Amino acid sequence: MSTAIPVIMKKKEHFDRGEDSRSQDFHEKIFELEADGEWIVQRVPDDHVLVPTKYGLEKKIPRGHLWHHKSCGQCGHIPGYSTSIFWVMRKLGYDYEDPRDQTSCTAWNYYASATSNSAAQAAVALRNFATAYASGFYPLIHCGTSYGHYKEVRAELLRHSELRAEVRRVLAKLDRPMVMPEEIVHYSEWFYAMRNEIRAHQVRDMKGIVVTVHPACHYYKLVEGDAIYDPDIYGGQRTAVVTALAEALGAEVRTYSTWFDCCGFGFRHILVQRDFTRSFATLRKIEVMKEEANPDVVLTHDTGCVTTLDKSQFAAQAHDRNVGVAVMSEAQFAALAMGAHPYKVCQLHWHSADYRPLLEKMGIDWEAAWAEFQEDIGRLERGELQYLTWEDTDA
Amino acid sequence: MPAPTATADLKVGDVAGYADIAFEEKQRIVSLVIDDPRFTDYLYGCYECGICVAACPSARFYDFSPRRIAQALARRDVRLVYQQIQEDIWECSQCFSCLRCPRGNNPGGLVTIMREVAVNNGLASAREALEGYSRIIYKIMSTGTQVSPDMLQPDAFPDWGPEVKDVSDNLALWRRALPPETLHTVSTGWDVSDQTLIELYLIWFETGALNMIGEVDKGLHMILEEVMQDRLEEAGIEI
Repeated sequence: MSTAIPVIMKKKEHFDRGEDSRSQDFHEKIFELEADGEWIVQRVPDDHVLVPTKYGLEKKIPRGHLWHHKSCGQCGHIPGYSTSIFWVMRKLGYDYEDPRDQTSCTAWNYYASATSNSAAQAAVALRNFATAYASGFYPLIHCGTSYGHYKEVRAELLRHSELRAEVRRVLAKLDRPMVMPEEIVHYSEWFYAMRNEIRAHQVRDMKGIVVTVHPACHYYKLVEGDAIYDPDIYGGQRTAVVTALAEALGAEVRTYSTWFDCCGFGFRHILVQRDFTRSFATLRKIEVMKEEANPDVVLTHDTGCVTTLDKSQFAAQAHDRNVGVAVMSEAQFAALAMGAHPYKVCQLHWHSADYRPLLEKMGIDWEAAWAEFQEDIGRLERGELQYLTWEDTDA
Repeated sequence: MPAPTATADLKVGDVAGYADIAFEEKQRIVSLVIDDPRFTDYLYGCYECGICVAACPSARFYDFSPRRIAQALARRDVRLVYQQIQEDIWECSQCFSCLRCPRGNNPGGLVTIMREVAVNNGLASAREALEGYSRIIYKIMSTGTQVSPDMLQPDAFPDWGPEVKDVSDNLALWRRALPPETLHTVSTGWDVSDQTLIELYLIWFETGALNMIGEVDKGLHMILEEVMQDRLEEAGIEI
């Protein structure tokens, strides 16, 4: 258009290089805002592990006393995912809070439909942070999208005082304070930090199990400075979570050329335009993994990725595509390594891709395990039990 | 004889299949994108290297390009940006692979802003893109959890295999077989307390997020408003 050249010329009149916001340490600013009375910063408890992040900053990962910010997709459709996170934490002896006063981050809907705005998204995030703070437990975010979105919200709040003012006005109506955690922590970071403790509780040998890892986009692409990068894993060139844990458990992690690609979830696509999701997940991820690495299992660390990679394979099988590999979170994989029941804890009957060959390779008699689960189901049906309890999972 | 431009390939009088509007109105809509406080955080310039396109999943399967989004906005090309709002933005996967940009651009973030503008202004592309999506919006706004177990219905997910029917047939029983006490729910992802829902509804009202629904789905907006107002009134809160 005719105004383009004048606009460009005007922009070129003067140039100031801005700060490199991607590698900046945000901590100074969040504490500054606390000192100015703008919000409370919830400190990471003293009992924490220091881990390396993308630009060399150390991140504190709390060991216990965690407030579990659950994922709607995990709890709704992959309940063995959340259950495994809780089960591993219980086995390692760390206390936690499983709250009822938590909402979803609502970001799945936001990235799908845009029927929300910055202020609403930030208010939802800070309301959840405020409830965690009130409980005295430290927030641990289960979903990769919640984690990515909350980092995005933090970045927006740090940059825009008018947004902080609007969120403060809304939270005042709820009688909630403004709270920002010192670190926004994803559960896969906890599994990375605790991998040696998990290994110490390992009862199943994972040697010979071939793994491919799908790193979740919203974990390490959105506000990437918080993500864990470890010089010992991929030379620090890819995020270390999931891979470091799988290797610590003795599995063989093989790489493949499309590791950077997303899974094809698409937020709105998985729900209303699934032809795209299925095509991308199978053609760009599963088939490439099968051809280049031939894994026994695909491990990932986010709600949408497990759903997409697991559920997309069924239709592709009808077209004789090169698919057919188990998909689960590394939390479920770690739980299996620690002796978790494949159905009572990992709830693999909610998955679609065939996981049974993997269980057999791990030395798990899945038929016997299913019979045990069915016994418990019978007790529930007969009214002998109202719910399966944590004690039942280890019976 | 029809005019040579009035062909299926070269449409006149519409944009992306929707009725065209005055240039001034396009300018108003595009300025809403550019005036968004996040805009300057998301767009710095463009080397035209195409790394964002190489990383973009939607670019592989659609006629979609994050580079074109960034460049059109950088040039303030009103006609093209408006066309992208009507035609391209709903193809983006919102994975943010495009953040690989060496210039620090965030084309995915620009798309988020453009989508918000499309919804806020009730544009035809937004209404069309969100057709069939109202149940999801209802769930997230009214229950605080987006994906509920009872959404796993075989007729909704026939391509996900027979396990969906197994889950659906055994849903209530299998939910009781989950050890975490908060997960015994069927219509929500977990058990959400009443006070939490009240606080969530207040957020939707106070931030104008609820009103955005009215621009794309008046029926859904009416239902949501009624559900939320009833609950807030029960709690003695007036909006």
